[in-house]
Amino acid sequence: MTAADIAVSAKKVRPTDHRSASRWLMAATITILCLWVLVPIYLILVNTLSSPEEVTSWPRQFFPSFDLGSVTFFANYQGVARALLNSVIVAVMTMVFSIGLGAPAGYALARFDFPGKNVFRVVVLMTRAFPLPLLALPLAIMFIQIGLDDTRFGLALVHTMLAMPFAILITASLFMGIPYELEEAAWTLGCNRFTAFVKVVLPLVMPGIAASAVFAFVISWNEVFAAAVLTIQNRTLTAFLLTSLNEAPLALKFAGGAVLVLPALFFLFAVRKYLFAMWGIANR
Amino acid sequence: MQVRALPYLLLAPAAVFLVIFFLYPAVDVAIQAFTSDGEWTWANFDQMVSHWKFNTALRNTLLLALIVVPLQLALSLFMATMVTKMKRGRDLILYIWTIPLGISDLAAGIIWLAILEQNGFLNSALYGLGVIDSPATYLSYQNPFVLLIAVAIAEIWRSTAIVLVILVAGMGLIPKEYYEAAEVFGAGPWKRFVKITLPMMRPSLQTALILRTILAFEVFAVVIALAGVQMPILMGEVYEWEFRLRESGVAAAYALVILGISIAFTIFFLWVLRTPKEARV
Repeated sequence: MTAADIAVSAKKVRPTDHRSASRWLMAATITILCLWVLVPIYLILVNTLSSPEEVTSWPRQFFPSFDLGSVTFFANYQGVARALLNSVIVAVMTMVFSIGLGAPAGYALARFDFPGKNVFRVVVLMTRAFPLPLLALPLAIMFIQIGLDDTRFGLALVHTMLAMPFAILITASLFMGIPYELEEAAWTLGCNRFTAFVKVVLPLVMPGIAASAVFAFVISWNEVFAAAVLTIQNRTLTAFLLTSLNEAPLALKFAGGAVLVLPALFFLFAVRKYLFAMWGIANR
Repeated sequence: MQVRALPYLLLAPAAVFLVIFFLYPAVDVAIQAFTSDGEWTWANFDQMVSHWKFNTALRNTLLLALIVVPLQLALSLFMATMVTKMKRGRDLILYIWTIPLGISDLAAGIIWLAILEQNGFLNSALYGLGVIDSPATYLSYQNPFVLLIAVAIAEIWRSTAIVLVILVAGMGLIPKEYYEAAEVFGAGPWKRFVKITLPMMRPSLQTALILRTILAFEVFAVVIALAGVQMPILMGEVYEWEFRLRESGVAAAYALVILGISIAFTIFFLWVLRTPKEARV
């Protein structure tokens, strides 16, 4: 082999070498970033699936003993079952209200041009530049006056205020994605506005609407501040955990944290397809 | 006639709801802050400012946002660039990276409490590796700086996902031809990132920054879970004054402070990252 040959082969090898090295580096970085997200979740699950004694022992084991002590302790703790039920009820109400109010508005924004449309859009967008949980302060006083204080319904209304702007923007973009011609075709075939909507548009947007409903559920399920301000007897799980942070044993906090996380994980998996479409459009 | 009324009929419920639950309380909280026993006064603000916790709370909140938001922005830009380069497994990686999106700040605080508390996983790991002999205390009022860092880590862990989603969505909108053209003219990866990606992403960067900064000023449950009342922050003070001290007026004054800095930063980002009219796609 001559020197020239070596030089040629070196030239041939180097770019691939370089490429595979950078590919390894990228794979390693991606793995580390995945671990950064997943390991803390794994650790809270380890705590939840260990007995209350193990949770406070030293040094801590990194694998669960699959002891259900913490879980049963959490489930039987005074007030937990009720708080869990409240969380679910408030979140379901929020889901229904924000889609029920938001989807028609989204349809109007997507399909019609009318005076006042921009004012409405701006107000909806403004809500996103506003620390919404703070609205719980004046609303707490208003709720006392109209008898909605410390009710699940009242809290669901405030959570709807958090979730509805998203529902409006997301559903508007969903309806925009459906050609108007489809509806017009249905009219010529004997549908009126309403039946055309129900028979043609609704089946097409249903998965997207379900995704934004799930999003509304998660917003309510996770909300802490307004829930803590507005409820005393009817605490949701987040409010309950927050107010018992000082006195509750560690096992209760960890099991509670895990119970908060799990449905969110599941729901996020259900809507993962829509996440980026939703945000890509909510951008504008 | 019927068709002209239709959009208004569809909008009406949402519009009425926005007036009752957004515009009215927004005005009401301002009135509450400036009145006491039905009279216009600065008393609430005087009481707020003269309390020793006010300065600490304001400083902690701003400092936290200042640490968390830029790091999140850099991290998510990095992650978004990597995701767009990926060929296989993109959906799985994106799902994993966006998991924290569904996790509440309270849960995130509890998760990091499990890691950072005295008998927690960090100490156990360090002990296992022989770095320490006995558990060290991180989350104590004696090291306010460590408390701040702990909260910042939990916040970065939890809320980077929202920035990532917005940026990935925005990156997908940049036409591929721009990169091809730049490559033809010999622009390297870094140059393409600085000259194409960043300027083209201005609207998404703006949305992400506004959203995240406002949420950073609202930080609450993470701090309560990790630091208790040892680390005063603005939202925690709102809660304190409203609940423990039963002074709605002062709580409203705090709310106006949060509102004020939120609006100031929103306007700042709207102005700094404005897209010139002729550059709109």
